[in-house]
This record gives sequence, C-alpha cells and structure tokens, in this order.
Amino acid sequence: MDVNEYLDIFIEESKENLQMVNDQLLRLEETPNDLSIVGEVFRAAHTLKGMSATMGFQDLADLTHKMENVLDAVRNEIILVTPEMLDVVFEAVEALEAIVVDIAEGGQGNHDVAEVVEKLGTIEAGEWAGSIQTNSESELDNARIFTLDEFETAVLQEAKETGYHHQEIKVKLREDCLLKAARVFMVFEILEQVGEVIKTIPTVEDLENEQFDQAFTILIATKAAGEDIQARVLKVSEIEEVLVVPFDMEADHKNNRVSDVIKNETIETGDHEDPQEASSLSNAVKPKAGRSVVSSKTIRVNIDRLDVLMNLFEELVIDRGRLEQISKSLEHNELEETVERMSRISGDLQSIILNMRMVPIDQVFNRFPRMVRQLARDLGKQIKLDVSGADTELDRTVIDEIGDPLVHLIRNAIDHGIESPAERNQKGKPPEGTVELKAYHSGNHVFIEISDDGAGIRREKVVQKAIHSGIITHAQADKLTDKQVYELIMASGFSTADAVSEVSGRGVGLDVVKSTIESIGGTIEIDSVLDQGSTFSIQLPLTLSIISVMLVQIQEEKYAIPLNSIIETAIVKKEDIMHAHNKKVIDFREKVVPLVFLQDIFDIPGPPESNDYYSLVIVRKGEKMAGLVVDSFIGQQEVVLKSLGDYLTGTYAISGATILGDGQVALIMDSNDLIK
Amino acid sequence: MSDYKNQDLKVIVFQLNNEEYAVPVNQVGSIERAQHITRVPSTKEFVKGVINLRGVVTPIIDLRSRFGLEEAAHTESTRIIIVYMDELEVGIIVDAANDVIDIPANFIEPPPEVVGTVEAEYIRGVAKLENRLLILLNLHKVLNEEEANSIKSMEG
Repeated sequence: MDVNEYLDIFIEESKENLQMVNDQLLRLEETPNDLSIVGEVFRAAHTLKGMSATMGFQDLADLTHKMENVLDAVRNEIILVTPEMLDVVFEAVEALEAIVVDIAEGGQGNHDVAEVVEKLGTIEAGEWAGSIQTNSESELDNARIFTLDEFETAVLQEAKETGYHHQEIKVKLREDCLLKAARVFMVFEILEQVGEVIKTIPTVEDLENEQFDQAFTILIATKAAGEDIQARVLKVSEIEEVLVVPFDMEADHKNNRVSDVIKNETIETGDHEDPQEASSLSNAVKPKAGRSVVSSKTIRVNIDRLDVLMNLFEELVIDRGRLEQISKSLEHNELEETVERMSRISGDLQSIILNMRMVPIDQVFNRFPRMVRQLARDLGKQIKLDVSGADTELDRTVIDEIGDPLVHLIRNAIDHGIESPAERNQKGKPPEGTVELKAYHSGNHVFIEISDDGAGIRREKVVQKAIHSGIITHAQADKLTDKQVYELIMASGFSTADAVSEVSGRGVGLDVVKSTIESIGGTIEIDSVLDQGSTFSIQLPLTLSIISVMLVQIQEEKYAIPLNSIIETAIVKKEDIMHAHNKKVIDFREKVVPLVFLQDIFDIPGPPESNDYYSLVIVRKGEKMAGLVVDSFIGQQEVVLKSLGDYLTGTYAISGATILGDGQVALIMDSNDLIK
Repeated sequence: MSDYKNQDLKVIVFQLNNEEYAVPVNQVGSIERAQHITRVPSTKEFVKGVINLRGVVTPIIDLRSRFGLEEAAHTESTRIIIVYMDELEVGIIVDAANDVIDIPANFIEPPPEVVGTVEAEYIRGVAKLENRLLILLNLHKVLNEEEANSIKSMEG
C-alpha cells in the first residue's frame, strides 16, 4: 500500500483523536467517577492505535497500546482515576503528540517512549497506590443510593430552582417478563413525558442490554406528583411494583462526602450518558458540558482550494464594481436590473465563501486547558480555567495568527496575575484563582477577553520600571492615565516580573503580542483593578480579505481609509483651526484633535488647498484621535484587500492596496501610523 | 546560468534612450501598454507606483529613472514589461518593445568596461547581431540588492 497518499489524512485524524483524548481526560479529571468518559478516551486511543499500526508507525502504535491497556483497566474499574495516574497518561499523550508532529514534519515518527511505556506498565501492573479491588459491594447493594457527580448535582440544583422536584423511582419487573429492554423503554418513554431523566442505576446502556435482574432505579426531575408518576408507570404491562420517593439532594451530598472519606468503598456505576438532554434543562449551568454527538455531513477541503476560490471571487468583486459603474453611466434599465441582481447574488456568494473559511476558535482554545493545568502544577498555584464562546468563528487566517499571542497572555495571567494560594489566602480570596477566556462576536469584530482574578497591575511598579527602562520620563509619568500606564507593559523591552521565570518574562513579551495582533488588524486593551485582577481584551476583524473602507480624494489621488478606524467625518471652517505646539489642531467634541495634512505627508503633487473649509476624516487609535485632511469624500465601499507585493514592503502609512471599480489601484491607508 | 552559453537565448528586445536592450523571454510575463499608475508615497524616485495587472497589484519602476537617465513623457509606443525575478513581479517602463529574437550563445560577450550611459553592473553582456548591438540586462541587479535594501532602509 502506498501510505503516502493517506499520510495527510492520517495526520489530521490523529491530531483530532489526540485532541479528543485530551479533552476527555481533562473532563475525567473533573469527574473521576464518570467512567463513560474513559470509554470515549479508549475509543479515540483505539482508533489511533489501529491507524498508526496500519501506517507503520510502530512507536506510536506501541505507546497507544500501552495507554489503551491502562484505560481499559480504568474502564473495568481495576485502576482508580487519580491525579498521579492522569499525569502519566497526559505524559503519554504529550509523547504521542510529539510523534505525530514529527511525522507531520516529515519524520519517521521515532521517539524514545521507553520511560513513559514503563510508567504506564507500572500502573497497569497495579502497583499504583490508587488501585483497588473490584467493587463487588455495589453489585450487592440493594439500597442503591445515588451518588452524583458535580455536573449532575448542578443539573439537579438548577432544576430545583426552576420549580422541578426530584423523584427517585424504583421499578420492579415481573419475573416472567420476557422483553425487559422493551419494558424499560416504555417506562422511559412515560417518564420523559413528565420530566427529565437525570440518572439511572444500572446505566441506560446496561438496561438496554438487559443486564439487570428485575429492578432498576431512575432519578428524574419533574413537576408531576409522585402518585401520578406511579400510576402512569404501572400502566406498562409486566411491571410488578413501582415505588416513587422524593429524592433528597442534601442526603446525597452527605453521602458523597462520606464516600469520599472512606474512598473506593463504592464505585460510581452511574453514567451520565446523556449530557445533551440534561443540559437542555440547565443550559445556564454548563452550556459546554458535552461534545455534540450529532455529526454533521462534512467533507474535508484543502485550504489552498478555498484560497483559490477566494482569489477568484475577489476578482469577481472587482468586476462587479466595474459593472456597477458602467451601468450607472449608461442608464440602461435592463442592464441596471441585471447588474443589481448580480450584485445581490455575488453578495450572497461572498458571505458563503467567507463563512466557509470560518473556523471555530475552539481550534485555538482547546489546547489551553492542558497548558493551564501543567503551568498551575509547575508553579504550585491552583487555577481554574473558564472558557466560554469557543464556538465563536473567525477567519482561518486570523485563527492561524492568534494562537501564540493568546498563549502568551494566558501564561502571563497565570505567572504574573494569579497569586500563590498562600498569598491569596492572606488577601481573603479563595485559594483557587480563575482565568477566564471568553470569545464573542460583536458587529464586524470578534472579541477575545482574557481575565484573571489575580493581583492586578500595580501602577507605581509599572511607572518605575518604564522610567527605569527609559520608555517614559518622570514628567510624563505623572500625566498618564491608568489605562496609558497599563499600555506601557506592552511597550517593547518591558517586563515587570521581578524574577525571570521559566514561564514568562524573558524580556520579549507583550510587545510582540501587541504587534502580532495589530498586524492582523486587531487592537488590544488592558483593564486592571489592583488585587482584583486584570482583563486583556483583544478586538479582531472577522476577516482579513474584504474590508469596508471610505474612499477619499486628495488632488488627483484616491485613498481608502478602513471604516473600522474612522469615528466620523467632519467639515470645519479654516478659522476654527487652532495652533498648539506649532501644530494645527481642532476642538472636536471637547477634545483637542491634531490635524494631519495628507497632501504633505504623502507628497501629493498639486496646488495647496485654498478652500475656506477643510474636509476631515476623524480616525482613532485606541484613545488617541487625529483628523485627516482630505479634499473630498467619495463614499463607502467594500473592497478587496491586496498586498503591495514583496517589492514594496513597509511603506509608511500604507497597509495595502485595492482595485476600484474603474480598474485603478487605490492605496489603503494605515491610520495607525499617522497617529502619534 | 550555464545553459546560456550552450544554446540560443530567446530575448525580448526593447528600446531605451535610443539603445536596444534585451531580457530573456523566460523572465518576462507580459508586455502591457502604458496605463494609469497609482503613485505610492515615500518610495524611491524610480518607483512610479503600482498598476492593476489583471487583479494583481504590481509595482512599476521607470527604467530610465533607474539608470539615471532623464524621464520621458509616455507616448503611443511606451510599454510596461512585466518581469519575474526571484519571486518578485515588477513592471518596467521602457520606450518601446518591438522584437523577440534568438541570440546564438556564441554571439554574447561579457560587458565592456563602459557601455553607453548605463552603469556596467546592470549589464550581463552584449550581443552583436549584424548591425545591431543588444545590451543584455542583469535583472537581478536592476531589481534587487542595494536597491531593494535601500527602499527598505529608507522606510525602516
């Protein structure tokens, strides 16, 4: 078999499988009792093993095999889930990832896995401290008290608050019942009419496979009365007895704690195998509780093909502009109609093509939970990562660029932001720090916020440091607003960490983050409250290739100014212009805004402007503003952003070019360069 | 470049200031009529700006200006030759482009010490053909090196 043909697919799928393993392991760490998760991990690992063996990557297959053995033992409740055991599994996953990366880069996938394999072997052999006897006890236990994990507790809590109460229903089938699974199904159907099934003992899977004797117990959240439920269930034939008792969560809690202390006496056999259904009841509690099991029909398309499609479409957009212009000047009715129709259709086409290139930011976010876990352990801090909005979509090109800056910011939050547990205790905060990662859409932008509830930014320290590194002077320091001070930490050559640590603070830092974000047309802002935490908010454009601009004319030349940097346009009288520090400024909505004469800046040939009025485009960069002086406004337009090519790089205040409807090139201004 | 020595070289011949120059045809993308050029501020004098070449924004340099000659007004015969060099795509403005010819390899001679008014470093060789003298351009030098650098350093 010519394996090369399949290599790309193999690498893609391996990455996906590893990611799956990763996600599920993290879930498992949160809810160590939920063995259904182990099943998922096992499946993903199994697929990976099969594929790598087929492709001839022996190390990969071997290591996966070992890991699979351990998982299998966990699944069969021979090994208990402990943080130490998970550490080893994570280590194995890391090694696997390294191998896959190696293969992707053209390597042979050889990797020294002996150490990890040995550790896994130790666990498997049962020498690990956490291993236990099989839990025959719970099999015998007829009382079957529900033990709930955190998630299920949250669901119950939520249900309770919204007026549901919980009923524990014990159902006993007749001994001569033939189709037990069918009866179970009927009982479930009835119960689902009156409420939500939270949990069953034995698991739904076992029930469906008739792996139980005569009785089973169901926990539901419902508004119906106990007798009503009992009557309904009894309508199913071949049922001997139905017992409905209200379920007391508090008792369960105690029970939970007790079982924690005694540890391993009873093992949770419950299975929250239906998180979707449960979360429909409690969306607010944990919207991202489970991966969607419904797989949509998709095909893999090489990104290059999408790029080609995009390029072709861009040319269409240019021609569309040209057609619009021609039809306007011809004033031919039918032509105008046709062109209008075409514009509409190509508008739809544009949104579809742009959508196709959109990928959920989860692709970037999904590597953070493990990173945070590792960092927290390395630094001896307790950190919880809250991720929300991982399904927010962004253009692929933006996604590719945003990963590294986010890694840096999160590292920064963990290293510099969150304090050690002891310090947090002193300040009266919970020992566990929270890092929140949030993404959301707003208008034509996507916002990503990284906030922590850590120490915040100490103004004096930043100012001192900035003066020390010569970024600002003493005189300047007093005038700065808090926001401006915070921005200093993104100035180049700035690092406030007293001790340079492994994690962050190698001198290169936030300035790189800032410039990367700006290079993809984004902005970053910092907000901070001392001892309460800091928030870094990043604003990103949805897409990089088609942007809205304002076209302006200066003498004979046309320039495009991106709409996202424009606040508004204004026309001011010449006599309203004031002078400050030898510069021309205007008073614009109670702010002093400096004027930038584009004709001078861009050396545009032509007689100097001799009008009594100035046409201004007010642009902003963060808090700062400037008024760009132009001759006239042409209008607003969607244009395709094109690069000036490699020959003309780094042109001042020009970020690219676009082709206008008449086929001419207009330059796109980078107003950031013009605002000092 | 060794293959130039062994076989015929197909070149595009163009005129500049009454002299005939040649560039290998495999480095030429197309020959365009003069058209509207959008000026790009703060670039070198000889960079005239950019044009829309079938959807690709292409920078244009004026070869006269590049060689330190006096610039001429564009006429009916003015052409823009789009050349490719090291992944760069650049248009060069010439007075006229009129011929595609084969130069036998053995007709090409190394550049003499002084050739016309053009500095010798931009020249790869000269070819004597009956009554014509063709100057083979070294595009690499014309487009690259210190010039490209100087553009960058100017803005940097």
